[in-house]
Amino acid sequence: MNTQTNVLPDPPLESQVRAPALIPAAQHAYWALRREFWESRSIYLAPLAVAALFLVGFLVSLIHLPHVMRALSALDPGKQRDTIIEPYDMAASLLMGTFILVALFYSIETLQRERRDRSILFWKSLPVSDSTTVLAKASIPFVVLPLLSCAIAFVTEFIMLLLSSAVLAGSGLPVRTYWEQVSLFQGSLLLLYHVITVHVLWSAPVYGWLLLVSAWARRAAFLWAVLPPLAICALEKLLFNTAHFGAFLGHFFMGGTEGLYAPGTFPMDPATHLTPGRFLATLGLWMGLAVTGAFLALAVRLRRCRGPA
Amino acid sequence: MACIEARGLRKAYGTTMALDGVDLRVEEGRILGLIGPNGAGKTTALNAILGLTPYQGELRVLGRDPWSERERLMRDVSFIADVAVLPRWIRVSQALDYVSGVHPRFDRAKAEGFLEKTSIRRESKVRELSKGMVTQLHLALVMAIDARLLVLDEPTLGLDILFRKQFYDSLLNDYYDSNRTIVVATHQVDEIEHVLTDLIFIDRGRIVFNRSMEEVESRYLEVLVHPEKLAAARALKPIHERQGFGRSILLYEAADRQQMAALGEVHTPSISDLFVAVMGNQTGHTPGVTR
Repeated sequence: MNTQTNVLPDPPLESQVRAPALIPAAQHAYWALRREFWESRSIYLAPLAVAALFLVGFLVSLIHLPHVMRALSALDPGKQRDTIIEPYDMAASLLMGTFILVALFYSIETLQRERRDRSILFWKSLPVSDSTTVLAKASIPFVVLPLLSCAIAFVTEFIMLLLSSAVLAGSGLPVRTYWEQVSLFQGSLLLLYHVITVHVLWSAPVYGWLLLVSAWARRAAFLWAVLPPLAICALEKLLFNTAHFGAFLGHFFMGGTEGLYAPGTFPMDPATHLTPGRFLATLGLWMGLAVTGAFLALAVRLRRCRGPA
Repeated sequence: MACIEARGLRKAYGTTMALDGVDLRVEEGRILGLIGPNGAGKTTALNAILGLTPYQGELRVLGRDPWSERERLMRDVSFIADVAVLPRWIRVSQALDYVSGVHPRFDRAKAEGFLEKTSIRRESKVRELSKGMVTQLHLALVMAIDARLLVLDEPTLGLDILFRKQFYDSLLNDYYDSNRTIVVATHQVDEIEHVLTDLIFIDRGRIVFNRSMEEVESRYLEVLVHPEKLAAARALKPIHERQGFGRSILLYEAADRQQMAALGEVHTPSISDLFVAVMGNQTGHTPGVTR
């Protein structure tokens, strides 16, 4: 610029002695995460709502509990147990399903939304790096939602147990036999193990892919995420009349369980024999995690380049 | 140290050159107006300065490379890129919490002070605020950041004239000092005229005019020519001629003020008249200009 004449020869002192203002990385991460909870309240509202609805339904069903318990005493213990823990398994499955749905929708939405509403220009005007933002967002499906869902499942089941006990005690039935069948802590730990291994570690590439598409797509992120894999499946079927790609993809949703439990034991059964060692030794798991890492790194790069949609 | 220094700055979108070799030096403490027609490359230039877009060529902002050091740079630079970029779901209190959480140079008390003067309530969400209030909120956040460079891209677009005036008044009175640099890109040229220290016109990715306001005032003058002296006035090679008040108004560069006073009424041209003159010559609308 042509303004040399107007400028003081020495830069103002103040600009040279500005203290190096620093904010620890952990604080940046904390606020990046806080932002996600403000912006996507479904992260905690959805599982809470599902738990509350389920509890209402359970409360209504308690009317029959004394009758059921009397009828059960005639049956063999195995059958007894299955009937008693059925609603507990249902609560756990419902909350797990909620976690998966919320995680899928959150992942496909989150990085696109800030570009669509142009707020990315506000976020980028602050000294928060793209990697902090993307990692905070990734931690929602990978850490926050699974832990939160398991915690809510635990509290829900605990409330169910208390309500049932109150009803049983009220009708003069022994509470102890009921408590003996419901292994709350063991069941919750099993749920946590199942969620972390199958739905977080093994499914990680799914969420990584969704986050990547969300960072890339200008619009219709959902279609971009779903159509290409579908197209490959259709093409494979047409050309070779095989379904390997579909089976390969299905693996990320439902597969990987063979390494988790000893053969023949049911995943949610407290008698399940866990084999985390075998699970961690699966090559597919580590390949999936490596791919997830690559997806996230790409998402960080994309967030850096992409302006508002 | 210059606040912004660019040499041969280029940026292409496909075959369109959004920036076509921009050389620029903005010293600390200036208030620069970046003026240009739509698609001239203003926003691209600002985005490059803010580290929002990659570019070719050399660019230093406060001695840093904005593309590779955006995060670090944003401790000393703040910007309002366009109106209405505050997320619509955020509450005023949350916005204050967040910025004070992540920005080392944010003075929350100062921001609260600015908000006191408005009717913005802490618990309101941005979507519940009027357009003017959203701008006030954004300005309150930005002015409470002790930044060395503030970049504004059409900061008052769509606001009524009262808000626009208030906006620049608070910017000058409550924010600006000689250690800060402000760069404003806008279409509403005449409103920022009294605010600026420097002026740049940009057209098709190139800087076509770059002067301080002192230079503008001393170098350019406009003459409301007496009809009988029109031929004489035209002979003195005005850079632009237009009609107004039933008279011809001729704009001169580097002309002698005494000599001009004999031809008619002399005054300093407004930025918009100067802009029209310079741009007219650029795009080849003036007869005699060959391209």
